[in-house]
Amino acid sequence: MNEIGAFIIEKSAVGVFVFIVLLTIVAYATLGERKIAGFFQDRHGPNRAGPWGLLQVVADGVKFFMKEEFNPDRANKVLFIIAPTFTFMAAGFLMAVIPFGDRMIIGGREVLLQLADINIGILYILAIGSLGVYGIITGGWASNNKYSLMGGLRSSSQMISYEIAMGLAIVALILDHGSFSLRDIVLNQTGPIWNWSVFTHPIGFLIFLVATFAEASRVPFDLPEAENEIVAGYHTEYSAMKFGLFMFGEYVHMTLASGLIATLYFGGWSIPFVATPAEPGIFWGLLTFGVFWAKTLFFMFVFMWVRWTLPRFRYDQLMNLGWKRLIPLGLLNIFVMALILLWTGGAGMD
Amino acid sequence: MDAQTIVFAILALISLFSGIMVVTRKNPVHSILFLVLMFFCFAGFYVMLGATFLAAIQVLVYAGAIMVLFLFVVMMLNLRDPEALEGGTSFFQTLGFVVAIGFGIVLLAFLAGKPGPGVPTFPPGEAAYALGDAKSLGQELFHNYVFPFEIAGILLLAAVIGAVALAKRERV
Repeated sequence: MNEIGAFIIEKSAVGVFVFIVLLTIVAYATLGERKIAGFFQDRHGPNRAGPWGLLQVVADGVKFFMKEEFNPDRANKVLFIIAPTFTFMAAGFLMAVIPFGDRMIIGGREVLLQLADINIGILYILAIGSLGVYGIITGGWASNNKYSLMGGLRSSSQMISYEIAMGLAIVALILDHGSFSLRDIVLNQTGPIWNWSVFTHPIGFLIFLVATFAEASRVPFDLPEAENEIVAGYHTEYSAMKFGLFMFGEYVHMTLASGLIATLYFGGWSIPFVATPAEPGIFWGLLTFGVFWAKTLFFMFVFMWVRWTLPRFRYDQLMNLGWKRLIPLGLLNIFVMALILLWTGGAGMD
Repeated sequence: MDAQTIVFAILALISLFSGIMVVTRKNPVHSILFLVLMFFCFAGFYVMLGATFLAAIQVLVYAGAIMVLFLFVVMMLNLRDPEALEGGTSFFQTLGFVVAIGFGIVLLAFLAGKPGPGVPTFPPGEAAYALGDAKSLGQELFHNYVFPFEIAGILLLAAVIGAVALAKRERV
């Protein structure tokens, strides 16, 4: 019983710690997005609330709660209210398997900075990622608005198309690393910097990056909410905190997707050329935690960089890219990777 | 009452509840969402049995892909007023009810007197985990069952080609 109690306390502590850091970073990502937009458009961005606009996040939160809650006439009320929570939950569930840091020893007990190191980690990510569409599609349908419905339909077909490309990129990665566990994949990338998967899987990385943009519905793949065609897409009818949850869920998704890119292709929490010490203390744990977030923040910046640089795709271009370019490229990538592994005898061969 | 019994009971109750909701809801979108919930519970059962790979595939393929397609089709058909479907019981509804009752009786008669499989142990132990993960599943498929596996692959390929041929057929 003592062991179980300690386990529950450990996982709860890690979970709460990671969740607070995640939510803080996500909240400030909404500010960072506008600051970066300002930078790209040669203006200041929000700078009225607090020094450098740092209190803008609080102001936004208060605003979301104070605005009028509006339910459209003849909308499906239950689904209309529950849909934003679907989006938020599906994004938040991704947190469970991402390795935020290395193991550390606190008071003689080994603590892993990861909620669950399960042997199907990558499949879990794909499975939960495929659920994110439910919030958007039910929200779009329940609004009883044709623009919302169009947004929901676009989203579902887009997600299904790009999920396949993402899965193909990951299959090549699994072939190389010989494990589904995200911690194993990070451990395989420790050591010299050329151990990072991005150097061994450049094409896979490209496919994964593009598919991630599509899965997170970010520009240039934000067709579900293309405002010049379908008003605001699936969240046209949403207001106040219900809209806030949709937006927040989208940022959580973007943050964790960036974390996933860092984990799978850029070594996760590992520091190039630095090995884990024999007695990793709390300092080492927090250091790896910081390294993970540094890499993640960089990819969040890339997400925003692309958003304020590229125009949106047309719908047929989106489908052509997904089905006629990325999927054949992904299959070719797997084939070449399998040939190379057969030649050299990789990690999965035994 | 140990932990696995409680988890099993919760999952079983939710899956039974959502199963009943699937067939009784008038609105097809509600039915689909309850079916997704039921698939989640099934994934939970698979995890309890140690079949972690199957659990992930269950969520990935059934809840994540096939049900989204269902939802897509239902929304495209856009059944404008599900309440309008209400009315007297048709012949087929009565038939379906009778068949379901009959099947239930046969099932109960078959299961009566047999020792139940009992509640799966949780955690299932090393042996069950070793059987259920991706590696051992792959080894079974590609060593012992490679012929059925290839046959299934050819069947799927034929279905894909058939779908493409149907979609590309010239309209007359």
